[in-house]
Amino acid sequence: MAVNTQPAPAATDERVREIGVLSRLLARPELGALVALVVVWLFFAVVAADNNFISWVTVAAILNRAAPLGILAIAVALLMIAGEFDLSVGSLVGFGGMAIMMLVTPVEAGGFGWAILPAIGVALLITLATGFFNGVLVVTTKLPSFIITLGSLFVFRGLAVAVPRSATNRTQLGGLDKVPGYGPVDALLGTKLELFGAKFDVAIIWWVGLTIVATWVLMRTRVGNWIFGVGGDNVAARNVGVPVSRLKIALFMTTAFAAFLSALIQAFQFNGADSLRGTLKEFEAIIAVVIGGTLLTGGYGSVIGALLGTLIFAMVQQGIIITGVDGDWFKVFVGGILVAAVIFNNFVRQQATKR
Amino acid sequence: MSEPILEVQNISKFFGSVIALKDVSMFVRPGEVTCLLGDNGAGKSTLIKVLSGVHKPDEGVYRYQGEEVNFSSPRDALDLGIATVYQDLAMIPLMSIWRNFFLGSEPTVGWGPFRRFDVEFAKRTTREELGKMGIDIRDPDQPVGTLSGGERQSVAIARAVYFGAKVLILDEPTAALGVKQAGVVLRYIVQAKQRGIGVIFITHNPHHAYPVGDHFVILRRGQIYGDFTKDEIPLEQLVQMMAGGADLEVLSHELEKAAQGGGPGSDELEKVAEGFEAEARGEAD
Repeated sequence: MAVNTQPAPAATDERVREIGVLSRLLARPELGALVALVVVWLFFAVVAADNNFISWVTVAAILNRAAPLGILAIAVALLMIAGEFDLSVGSLVGFGGMAIMMLVTPVEAGGFGWAILPAIGVALLITLATGFFNGVLVVTTKLPSFIITLGSLFVFRGLAVAVPRSATNRTQLGGLDKVPGYGPVDALLGTKLELFGAKFDVAIIWWVGLTIVATWVLMRTRVGNWIFGVGGDNVAARNVGVPVSRLKIALFMTTAFAAFLSALIQAFQFNGADSLRGTLKEFEAIIAVVIGGTLLTGGYGSVIGALLGTLIFAMVQQGIIITGVDGDWFKVFVGGILVAAVIFNNFVRQQATKR
Repeated sequence: MSEPILEVQNISKFFGSVIALKDVSMFVRPGEVTCLLGDNGAGKSTLIKVLSGVHKPDEGVYRYQGEEVNFSSPRDALDLGIATVYQDLAMIPLMSIWRNFFLGSEPTVGWGPFRRFDVEFAKRTTREELGKMGIDIRDPDQPVGTLSGGERQSVAIARAVYFGAKVLILDEPTAALGVKQAGVVLRYIVQAKQRGIGVIFITHNPHHAYPVGDHFVILRRGQIYGDFTKDEIPLEQLVQMMAGGADLEVLSHELEKAAQGGGPGSDELEKVAEGFEAEARGEAD
């Protein structure tokens, strides 16, 4: 009887196929968004060619539009990869902006009359406390964060309207540029940079910089590994010693921080705050993150994807404006792109895990 | 013969009026495999949870390396080197093998805010450690979800061994696996044993337990029903004790009756009944 002789063990495993660069790329969560970005750009480059779509001015307009949302999307992406939602980020943008403005508004107008730096510091602490509150509530009640933060969406928006109105009788507070210490902070947060004949917001640098930091944290640190683990399987992660509760609370505080930074930048851009600023941004951020390849169920995703998703979002918005199409169509577009992106991402991920 | 590394004496555990465990004693020595056998509801899960630090026993003594211990969480047990590999909670499917391998105990390089996950070390070590266990890894970047059930269990075992497990508690590692896959896992149990680790292997399949076990503890209805070394008991008897010979005989009679009633499929039923009778007599395959 013939014995089946095993082939000598080779240096490379015969079960590993050489997979091409394309298949390796397909395994990345952000690929779908990259393809969609190119498609959307080509679409407007053709449709809006006569409307100066391919120009630095348009590039600047798209980036300026994207930056405040993109900052939110970074934190929302990290939280969603860890398997949780934060529907209160939009409200926190309004809340954080009003907190700053309440503190700097002169006493005779119903505010506190503080200088700019202490006002920013204290408003930041208050906003971080709201994130802490969201996180603790989610961790201790074990209820879906969708429900908890749906509640805080209304609570914090309500506070952003009610507190300023009862104290100052207004829901829009301006005059930030008259507050002592305005100049140097404005240079960091609110100025525009002239490049190629177009004006770029300094917020873009914050957005891209934070994307790089968040990507590094996610891909190359222990905390990043925990984020994937907790989103993939809460119980398994806890069993191997991941501090699940602390991590989740920290991530809710990160989304609150992002909301605050976005609010702060916009306060300097618009020279004030509005109680209703950030309305619906929680959904726009989730849309950007999902277009960027992050799974709604957690455990898989990317911060770079969130950046690309935000770019798509802003590009569609800007494209519709400059083609002169009725702005009412924007939501139809965004909804369609969202569903298409999810279908495409599902397809890509199945291909990736099949390899 | 060396001293037991882990030993419980007269352990009892109650849940309200339910007596989940009563006067259970067992032990494992370094480099030995103690098999914990029992049918569903015998109290295996409760005993594992006591051993791994999830439950505190209501009565009895838990000794580890000769000293009495009290665990308040699984982390306490893990820190002393008692690692538990659960059947379905071992791995996170969407994460790569190397990320899974080091989850919760990531090696780091760098200092202060620049402290980072040592990815190169993690990938290399994952490959090496799995190699030592004889697990032939294809690509450490592969998501665990693409591995087979047996491979997943094996990676979980290799991980526990790498992180200094002195006692390895394996909760039904072969239960959901095919014959070949179960064989793979059994081989890693032997590997772990040869590396001087005390293994507690929980199963309800005596055919999986017998080839690797040194020591067999049979649990029935929350109590110790039998406790044997390998030379004290042949496989046939183990099978019979496991299933409860008397129960099987009753079952075979019932099936025979059903078969005599005629109707479609009665021939098959008769064959099944004969099979059970044979097993009840201890003529295992």
